[in-house]
Amino acid sequence: MTDITDLGVAAIRDGVVAGTFSAVEVAEAFNANVAAAQDALNAFIVATPDHAVAAAKAIDARRAAGEALGPMGGVPIGMKDLFATNGVQTTAASHILEGFVPQYESTVSQKLWDAGAGLLGKLNLDQFAMGSSNESSHFGSVVSPWRRPGSNAPLTAGGSSGGSSAAIAARLVPAATGTDTGGSIRQPAAYTGTTGIKPTYGRCSRWGVVAYASSLDQAGAMARDVTDCAIMLESMAGFDPKDATSLNLPVPDWTAALSGDLKGKKVGIPKEYRVEGMPAEIEAIWEQGIAWLKDAGAEVIEVSLPHTQYALATYYIIAPAEASSNLARYDGVRYGLRDLPDGAGLQDMYAATRADGFGAEVKRRILIGTYVLSAGFYDAYYTKAQKVRALISQDFAKAFEQVDVLLTPTAPSAAFALGESNEDPIAMYLNDVFTVPASLAGLPAMSVPAGLDAQGLPLGLQIIGRPLDEQGVLNAGLAIEGRAGFAAKPEKWW
Amino acid sequence: MSVDTATVAKIASLARIKVSEQELEAMVPELNGILAWVEQLGQVDTDGVEPMTAVIPNTLRLRDDVIDADPLTGGDKRDAVLANAPAAQHGFFGVPKVIE
Repeated sequence: MTDITDLGVAAIRDGVVAGTFSAVEVAEAFNANVAAAQDALNAFIVATPDHAVAAAKAIDARRAAGEALGPMGGVPIGMKDLFATNGVQTTAASHILEGFVPQYESTVSQKLWDAGAGLLGKLNLDQFAMGSSNESSHFGSVVSPWRRPGSNAPLTAGGSSGGSSAAIAARLVPAATGTDTGGSIRQPAAYTGTTGIKPTYGRCSRWGVVAYASSLDQAGAMARDVTDCAIMLESMAGFDPKDATSLNLPVPDWTAALSGDLKGKKVGIPKEYRVEGMPAEIEAIWEQGIAWLKDAGAEVIEVSLPHTQYALATYYIIAPAEASSNLARYDGVRYGLRDLPDGAGLQDMYAATRADGFGAEVKRRILIGTYVLSAGFYDAYYTKAQKVRALISQDFAKAFEQVDVLLTPTAPSAAFALGESNEDPIAMYLNDVFTVPASLAGLPAMSVPAGLDAQGLPLGLQIIGRPLDEQGVLNAGLAIEGRAGFAAKPEKWW
Repeated sequence: MSVDTATVAKIASLARIKVSEQELEAMVPELNGILAWVEQLGQVDTDGVEPMTAVIPNTLRLRDDVIDADPLTGGDKRDAVLANAPAAQHGFFGVPKVIE
């Protein structure tokens, strides 16, 4: 019999409905994989095997009663530890929230439970989702299940949703939530040979998601293939009056309309993404992607996004500015850590708590954000960045007058080794060079695995779509998936 | 624009993050590196460009003025609100004495 943990969302759901296996068998199989991999991969901050089994029992009971099981019925998932989960510790991988047990459930996670999913545990991430390698977690780095041949050097699973990507690649979960502020779903997906989609800004509610940069933060789905991402995203998305930026629009039936036939579609290749020093293998996989989309019937056109080169600098003003404001709430008064030195007053308590509770990268971004928002500098930095952001967004709007979707590499390299890039903050920021522009413009974008590099490590291709055109993104993703035939998985060493 | 030790100390104080002398010294070149890098935005002509305020056009909604319209975000949640407070006292958040 097939190993249940090799199955994805659709196969598990359909197998439970058909009675091929019970939801409890599924939950127990994944629980066992989670427990066995924890020491080696560190993908979870907290595992919740009892939650997974309880949800599965409820599904099995519903099936026995002849009830419908929901689009995610019997599918246990991992939840990035940025989503508030009622009664289960939620830390954002920080010390300052260590031990914080939410008294409410985030909208996105509640929707997933309502769709029949169960919770395997809370997944590790970069602290407050700030990072591209998962090395800024207070609970230690996630280790990718992938390795270079003949080497035991631990590789990054990407960031910030690195626990999610590692867990999916290692078959600890069939799917997981991610959040994407500047590439935090797409880059980890690319590094681990998994699939991830960030929908249009406003599709998924931010209520109950620990805030990093509110004008950019968007939840999304991560899984092993495009269909599973579509199923999961449909369950997560939808209007929520509790989020002021939630879009009051119906959620389309993306799954039903999935089609890899791109006849009549136009795909844009942004010439500015051919950055200097791009590895030949990235260039080659991109060319391969172009050929696949042509084969699927699409017309491929070169387009220009002239302000691309300024996206990263824009992002690294706007995101820290919003972070410095959002993270002001961690004050040692209402929840989380309190550090009260002997005889200290209120101000000293704030400063000591925040010094102790935030990691180095988080402090760096808070300080940058505080500086760019401070009196006398606000216009020179923040207003300027918001103007450049408008130009970046207009570039996309112009390109989408000519084409339906854009195709680019997801990341400028394959996964790097832990410790390899964390000396220089700017070198680390450059990992997000291809993903940040779509985030700044709020566009739907996804990464699909396209192949392996010479070292046997996965490479991803990114598809960016028009606002609200998740369907176009998913369909182009499906066309690539069908032609790439990506079946590689990491050899089990953990 | 670049920052010196005194400026970083001032920013850290504004951000309510205690930093040691040693940390300050390390942060100055790091922050200057980042600030010098973002300076490249100066090359972009943004005359007449309106700063972006929303990625997807959306209007801010007002909810109906009804008490407890949404039970999740309505009132009567004192215990839940205080459940994670490091020093809750008598149904309030406890803080160090601020008035002598």
